[in-house]
Amino acid sequence: MSQLSVNHLLGIKYLNKEDIQLIFETADQFKEVINRPIKKVPSLRDITIANLFFENSTRTKLSFELAEKRLSADVINFSAGQSSVKKGETLIDTVNNILSMKVDMVVMRHPSPGAGVFLSKHINASIINAGDGAHEHPTQALLDTYSIREALGEVKGKNVVIVGDILHSRVALSNIYALQLQGANVMVCGPKTLLPKYIKDLGVKVETNLKKALEWCDVANMLRVQNERMDISYFPSTREYAQQYGVNKELLNSLSKDITIMHPGPINRGVEITSDVADSDQSIILNQVENGVAIRMAVIYLLASKIKQ
Amino acid sequence: MSQKVLLNSKEVNIILHRLACQLIENHIDFSNTVIIGLQPRGKYLADRLAHMLKEDYGIKDLEYGYLDITFFRDDFRRGDKPLEANTTHIEFIVEDKNVVFVDDVLYTGRSIRAALTAIQSFGRPKHIELLTLIDRRFSRHLPIQPDYRGRQVDAINEEKVIVNWKENDGEDSVYLINK
Repeated sequence: MSQLSVNHLLGIKYLNKEDIQLIFETADQFKEVINRPIKKVPSLRDITIANLFFENSTRTKLSFELAEKRLSADVINFSAGQSSVKKGETLIDTVNNILSMKVDMVVMRHPSPGAGVFLSKHINASIINAGDGAHEHPTQALLDTYSIREALGEVKGKNVVIVGDILHSRVALSNIYALQLQGANVMVCGPKTLLPKYIKDLGVKVETNLKKALEWCDVANMLRVQNERMDISYFPSTREYAQQYGVNKELLNSLSKDITIMHPGPINRGVEITSDVADSDQSIILNQVENGVAIRMAVIYLLASKIKQ
Repeated sequence: MSQKVLLNSKEVNIILHRLACQLIENHIDFSNTVIIGLQPRGKYLADRLAHMLKEDYGIKDLEYGYLDITFFRDDFRRGDKPLEANTTHIEFIVEDKNVVFVDDVLYTGRSIRAALTAIQSFGRPKHIELLTLIDRRFSRHLPIQPDYRGRQVDAINEEKVIVNWKENDGEDSVYLINK
């Protein structure tokens, strides 16, 4: 097995176990590359990649751009804010116009779930989903599980709890798929209003008591409360949320074992986790960011190898 | 498919000793020289030479590593399958060092071209040499020649040279296989 089974990375849902294994093994090599004195390889010098961000992003966009540049690809950036989208252009028209400039690969973030899948049916380029609404964020789930593998040796058999705003989170869904594919046990924890009604159908445990969830797990992935996606109030106040579902050092110390703390960023310090937890030895938040570049290099490299000349 | 033995285990051993001695002749105590095995197959030859230099010839501080050239190859997207990467293990900077590339078979020279680019990620070597066990002359695509060679072989393109190592393949031997 030395090739991905897919031509696009639209979601973890479309990958199999071997794909993830291949991406991780390739990322191992890229992690070594990005720690060299000269961190660049010439593999993709004849590939052009368009980063289309129809929704705001700092970390993901920087991480993708860096990964592309480290592979020597040509990169063009596009943000919806400064574009013709505001003038009423459709998604397919926007992308086709960009592809006319001979672009081989599209990295897209879009507020509508399924935007990547839709695009893949209409245009002739490799597509990487960098987040589509509350649906999937596959590279985040890959780098999260890669970081668990790095910190704990393997993902299989580990107990992982995803805490917080599951309802609005694309990170949660992609993580659930990725963790289950690799044989981890998954639990979601949060206030009832932020847990989707049928979440149990995905085969995950559901817990509303944070302390119980933390006692069960090896790894806690703390999600950000996505205020921008909330049209109504899902909990009385941020202060109350922090009291019920925020992790602080005191709570961590009261557990019977040391657990690993993750966060996809950006952190609301003092809400999901306090500063002393975010900056503690148990937190692998900054490792996640470093691994993000290696994982994205691996995904881009493997997909690019399937583009015919 | 027919196969012919080019070198047996005894011959491989004699050649390795000769190559080790030639290296010592030029690099004496290896104080400013590093050996780099090219992944995937040059690794075994580099291991063997390094072991021989340390154990049989008393070279104490020999620095050596492995270089993977996958991401530097010029045939990305040209073959049917993607180029699978191997581990690079170089825990030193090659700035101003004498570097000896070690590979089992020199064929078109394209791997060596890639290695020459790849090594620059670890600094600017003073001097680079090439050691190969088998030199398939008349097959070169690029103007690259070895500085140390085990055996020269005249093989046509339909033929393949297979190098086996005891630690990996059960015996030391070199075969010429007619595909």
